[in-house]
Amino acid sequence: MFRGFLKLTWVETKIFVREPMGLVGTLGMPLVLFVGLGRMLGAGRSGAPALGGAPFNVAILSALLIAVSAVMSLVTIISIYREGGILKRLRATPLSPLTILGAHVAVKLVFTIAGLALLVAAGRQLFPGALDVPLVPFTAALLLSTLSILSLGFLIASVVPTARFAQPIGAAVVYPMIALSGVFFPISRLPSGLRLVAYALPTTHAVALMRGVWEGAGWQWGNAAALAIVFVACSGLSSRLFRWE
Amino acid sequence: MPPPLVISVSHLAKRYGATVAVDDVSLDVREGEIFGLIGPNGAGKTTTMECIEGLRAADRGAITILGLDPRRDAAALRRRIGVQHQDAHLQKRIKVWEALDLWSTVYSRAVDADALLARLGLDGKRDAWFMTLSGGQKQRLFVALALIHDPELVFLDELTTGLDPQARRAIWGLVMDIKARGKTVFLTTHLMEEAERLCDRVAIIEHGRVIEIGAPAQLVAKHCPERRVVFTTDAAGAAAHFAGIGAVTPAASAGFIHTLHGAGDDFVTDVIHIIAHEGIRVRGFRTETPTLEDVFLKLTGGSVRG
Repeated sequence: MFRGFLKLTWVETKIFVREPMGLVGTLGMPLVLFVGLGRMLGAGRSGAPALGGAPFNVAILSALLIAVSAVMSLVTIISIYREGGILKRLRATPLSPLTILGAHVAVKLVFTIAGLALLVAAGRQLFPGALDVPLVPFTAALLLSTLSILSLGFLIASVVPTARFAQPIGAAVVYPMIALSGVFFPISRLPSGLRLVAYALPTTHAVALMRGVWEGAGWQWGNAAALAIVFVACSGLSSRLFRWE
Repeated sequence: MPPPLVISVSHLAKRYGATVAVDDVSLDVREGEIFGLIGPNGAGKTTTMECIEGLRAADRGAITILGLDPRRDAAALRRRIGVQHQDAHLQKRIKVWEALDLWSTVYSRAVDADALLARLGLDGKRDAWFMTLSGGQKQRLFVALALIHDPELVFLDELTTGLDPQARRAIWGLVMDIKARGKTVFLTTHLMEEAERLCDRVAIIEHGRVIEIGAPAQLVAKHCPERRVVFTTDAAGAAAHFAGIGAVTPAASAGFIHTLHGAGDDFVTDVIHIIAHEGIRVRGFRTETPTLEDVFLKLTGGSVRG
């Protein structure tokens, strides 16, 4: 069955690459944002402090955007596949449900790494010294964040009625989460009610985890645990609510 | 000894909320036959089929398929059956060969995909994206995916709906071909002509209940034994000769076209005898035999809702 998982992941990767808009949203947009904002905020001059320090951390925002666009793409794909009967057709094969959905998660994680690799390559070219951060833990932080937010995406995909609603509902849920995540301004400045909401959102912990690695404070186990809890909770709920047709 | 049972359904029932999709369905399918579930749209055909395939849990009733329980033994069952869903789609940008390759990997055994494509007339479309295929080509691809692991039993749900007559005939040929290879086929259709051409036996289903089961010819003989002979002649008073064997509808004798109604296998022969014996000069002659559609309309008392 693992061969089935690898084959499905590979086929879905090829299919994703054939859809130009998907690729632009997943790889292009975060890159453009990173380069554009990076230049505007003057990161080119003095390396890491500028990229990470000025009004907000451009690299972490861009990385978060990679995760978020992966989630948006997942929600759209799953709802289209459901509406078209593709999920139902795959389910009538010996592939397990976990394999069918897991392949999509795997594709998203592959493109998350690709997106980050693009950022790093661009950063090394345009902002020398700006990305002298521990890349392995930073990648791990982004992957865990993406996985956690993807599970929330699955929950959204489980309950949206049709493909037409998937994108707007996904956007309405996910984009406010970015605003509250602490990437633009510290959570401490939020009113206490909103602050509680922010702490319940995976994006907040994603930003804190990546920032910890970026600023040399190390791996924040508390935030990592929060992301894992969101993953377990959302996966558990989706497995009950998920509709195949 | 009749061939062994491959599907046995007794008193199946399934509802969605307040809607009763299947009320009471019992049927048996034997090895090597093409069995058709026929009925109007919304009669419960697809739900019945999907319960048998194990894709849905029945509310009531017992199903045995290939000696297995469709829900409990779902994993084992999926390797032994091939399915094609109504209105199915694949990923828009998956290539034909990739779909077959994926399906081949998923099943532990697979036939030669290229030979299968050639047999289904899709060998020229190996590298085409699914979205670029015509309706008939898509259906043939779904037939290919249903056959890739050489299953013993194949389910085809509304296989030819929406296809043009040529594509439809091509698909019929494929279904006959599956049977010729010793497989069992369970299909649904709301096209009576399709059922009559393909099926060894049919079950007529309406409002979630099976109202009749049998071979198409048998059902016609049972429910619609009447025959009609329509002939054209210049001979005056020709109608009077046939008084002994059947009814001549007066209104239908208008002009020189006569319509004779009768029943039974001898009726047409009798008419021919009388025409020959009396030396009636006939310019046109045709017989009208009821079809499965007539049986269906008579039994359901309605129309084939399209």
